[in-house]
Amino acid sequence: MQDFVQHIINGISLGSIYALIALGYTMVYGILKMINFAHSDVYMVGAFGAYYIARAFGIEAQPGIGSLAILLVSSMIACSILGLAIERFAYRPLRNSPKLNILITAIGVSLFLEYSGQAVFGADPKVFPEVMTDHTLATIFGVDLKSFDLTVLGVSILAMLGLEFLIYKTKLGKAMRAVSANASVASMLGMNPDRIIAFTFVVGSALAGIGSVLVGMKYPKIDPLMGMMIGMKAFVAAVLGGIGNVGGAVLGALIMGLSEEMVVAYFSSTYRDALAFGILIVILIFRPAGLLGKYSVEKV
Amino acid sequence: MKRLLVTLALVLPLMVSCTKKSDEILIGEYDSLTGSDATFGLSTNKGVRMAFDEINAAGGIKGKKVALKTLDDQGKNEEAASATTRLITQDKVIAVIGGVASGRSKAAAPIAQANKIPFVSPASTNPDVTKIGDYVFRVCFIDPFQGFVMAKFATENLKLKKVAVLRDVKNDYSVGLADVFVTEFKKMGGEIVADISYQAGDIDFKAQLTQIRSKNPEGLYVPGYYTEVGLIAQQARQLGIKAPMMGGDGWDSDKLSEIGKDAINGNYYSNHYTVESTDPAVTEFIKKFKEKYNETPDALAALGYDAARILAQAIERTSDMSSKSIRDELSKTKDFVGVTGKITMNENRDAMKSAVVVQVNGNQRKFITTIAQ
Repeated sequence: MQDFVQHIINGISLGSIYALIALGYTMVYGILKMINFAHSDVYMVGAFGAYYIARAFGIEAQPGIGSLAILLVSSMIACSILGLAIERFAYRPLRNSPKLNILITAIGVSLFLEYSGQAVFGADPKVFPEVMTDHTLATIFGVDLKSFDLTVLGVSILAMLGLEFLIYKTKLGKAMRAVSANASVASMLGMNPDRIIAFTFVVGSALAGIGSVLVGMKYPKIDPLMGMMIGMKAFVAAVLGGIGNVGGAVLGALIMGLSEEMVVAYFSSTYRDALAFGILIVILIFRPAGLLGKYSVEKV
Repeated sequence: MKRLLVTLALVLPLMVSCTKKSDEILIGEYDSLTGSDATFGLSTNKGVRMAFDEINAAGGIKGKKVALKTLDDQGKNEEAASATTRLITQDKVIAVIGGVASGRSKAAAPIAQANKIPFVSPASTNPDVTKIGDYVFRVCFIDPFQGFVMAKFATENLKLKKVAVLRDVKNDYSVGLADVFVTEFKKMGGEIVADISYQAGDIDFKAQLTQIRSKNPEGLYVPGYYTEVGLIAQQARQLGIKAPMMGGDGWDSDKLSEIGKDAINGNYYSNHYTVESTDPAVTEFIKKFKEKYNETPDALAALGYDAARILAQAIERTSDMSSKSIRDELSKTKDFVGVTGKITMNENRDAMKSAVVVQVNGNQRKFITTIAQ
């Protein structure tokens, strides 16, 4: 029982990080119908941004909630600027070209960031500064509830609630949904799709920034290729939940986190990734649009 | 521009030595003096140079001075191969001292083998390197030996009965060490309560560690690289695992304790050599190295030093200094007292020697014991 509860906690904690990154994939897909492969590398740049800011301001000397907040904000800003730049210079010029061109450009941007990251930051792993001190908050069923896990979960939930509010309760969110439904009609009704799309990239990238600081805090090792695997998992989570669907991304990410954990716990650690991706295949066979995705028939 | 200067700085003295004198013995060396693992190459080179300087100061080999020609492989396999070709065909060296990385030794050694020129690798630990041919030697131990060392240490020094193994399945080095550890530990009467894997690049190990915790092991064997090991140590601590962790020379980095923080302290790993050793051969070497270069020698400098001295002694023992007789004498190396232990070449041309076990304490490494074959 003790182990089972521990596995659940580990899985949810991992899943909530996947969720933050998955949201970025799903938002961009929802509005542009394109997969932004560079998203996981925006996440990487966010981690390095926070790393250098922490060093510049000597934040590592004073761990606490305040330092965490400063790093979260600075990483969000760094990621937003990068996301905005990628959209403006790489994707916008190709907005009206075939989908395949944008997809290949996205892969190109991703590789560009990964390898210039190795040139600029160096290929060796860096140690993320200590943002907070980890301590035990409570014990349930003999399992320690750590402040790290709770902070990760808390910050993730706050970010997701904020996103929910933004999309469904604000004018801007309404505009995003309108552009997502039909960009040309939306522009006829006085919205500027370019600005809305740029804003979507800003929000998605900022979420990746939050994710990167939380990961850096929990697993203090960052390197220029850190986005590759976690990005892949988050992308799968987004597809699993129904890409384009915000709630689906969170659900998919939690399923990914928990299933990975359970596979290692009760099956074999070697098959962890194989089974995680196996689940994806099975779900896509029975529900091609993902768990919460709507399957829409294209009218001719 | 910088690279040009470095190249010039390296090449100019070599040009001078190009005027080959018959009263000189020319030995070739290639190493990564630039590139991502330049620290490895520079250290080894310092050790090699120091050994030959000492030999020359003491009168050289058979009354002849030793000249060393060093080429840079830039950390690339193909450069290592072409450097070796150049050393053998243009400079006509009588023996080659190879670089650190096993991959580059695998590219360079076949050339030495084809030309029948003795090749001594200071630090390539992959078992396949010396299988290339009978002219290829190494002065370091091979990967699996470390598994044996830790099994013995766990049984005899730590008196452990139940150990869990956590291996990196993506890494041949880690799998090799883990396999040998499991076999040897069982042979010595121990029990492996869990044998679980992770993959290099993973950051979350809690699932594996939670499973290990439920088996209640007295120790953990984690023969991975320092980046993952640091994270594993931290997460093990978070889950309340207090059993000591053990590993191999993949742990040997200052980053280990930066990543692992306090959680890594008190754990053990096997290594080639330690500056803490009280062995007079080691203390003498460290003293001389500090005088010459004003820095503390690492394991690679020590291995380079041993490689050069073993080669020099083998040449000294030959009657005609032909490649064939140097090879024969190298293979007869027995009980050579090196900085990295007492070295004997076995029938596979691998060094049979001892390893040290050290305990991590921040950036300090406390010498615990020496374990021999």
